[in-house]
Amino acid sequence: MNIDWVNFTPYSALAGGVLIGLAIAVLLLTHGRIAGISGVVSGLLHRNKGDTAWRAAFVVGLIVAPVLYGIFSALPESRVDASWPLLILAGLLVGLGTRYGSGCTSGHGVCGMSRLSPRSMLATAAFMVAGFVTVFVVRHLIGL
Amino acid sequence: MHTFFALLAGLIFGIGLIIGGMSNPAKVLAFLDLAGNWDPSLALVMGGAIPVSAIAFYWAGMRRKSFLGHAMHLPGTRNLDKRLVIGGILFGIGWGLAGICPGPSLVLLGTGAWKALVFVAAMLAGMWVFEKVGK
Repeated sequence: MNIDWVNFTPYSALAGGVLIGLAIAVLLLTHGRIAGISGVVSGLLHRNKGDTAWRAAFVVGLIVAPVLYGIFSALPESRVDASWPLLILAGLLVGLGTRYGSGCTSGHGVCGMSRLSPRSMLATAAFMVAGFVTVFVVRHLIGL
Repeated sequence: MHTFFALLAGLIFGIGLIIGGMSNPAKVLAFLDLAGNWDPSLALVMGGAIPVSAIAFYWAGMRRKSFLGHAMHLPGTRNLDKRLVIGGILFGIGWGLAGICPGPSLVLLGTGAWKALVFVAAMLAGMWVFEKVGK
């Protein structure tokens, strides 16, 4: 294994993680809700009375975050390398898979793991391994 | 007022994703590329988030209601089933193809990236397909 020390950013990664944990704490302790992004978003697809406002507000917060960040500081580099067809395929799989498996990186990977939920550990193991294998196949076997 | 706290949580979450490097799909893919030039940073995002989140869940577990008086919606399901694994694998493949998961897709949308718009539209379509046929 070859570690990329040049691009390794341990402090900002940890700081970002702590903020994500804080955001989870805020939503949980004020609304009693789990900040699993796929779950929050999919709940907007069918309107239930009294259940829409907090979801919409949370999603707006996520979308506005880079705008707010950009006022104070330049946004860090962000690059999407995937081609358009690949993006569409990836989006479909992410949408379908997160609903079928009841969660994503935030709901299972952070919230569930921090509650030591066996379901979340299983789901997290599944998507991490699938992510590692997919990148291996795409980059090292197919060579895209 | 209640809605404000949800907005605040979304904002903090988004800024955490930006600072942590999760809003850069190229960096996410570098984390998933164990056989290449591996960038372990994103493991530390989880490492930073999980302890803080664990304290919050411990605290929430001692309360019957949230500070704003809402019921605690904590998942009660315990059974391990195939759906978790199959769903996780489908999600992991999509994540590995583009380096984007749901949270960062919304942050990227806010940066005005066209590719994020296409990804989010496809993601919503995938969720909609589940609503129609997957349940």
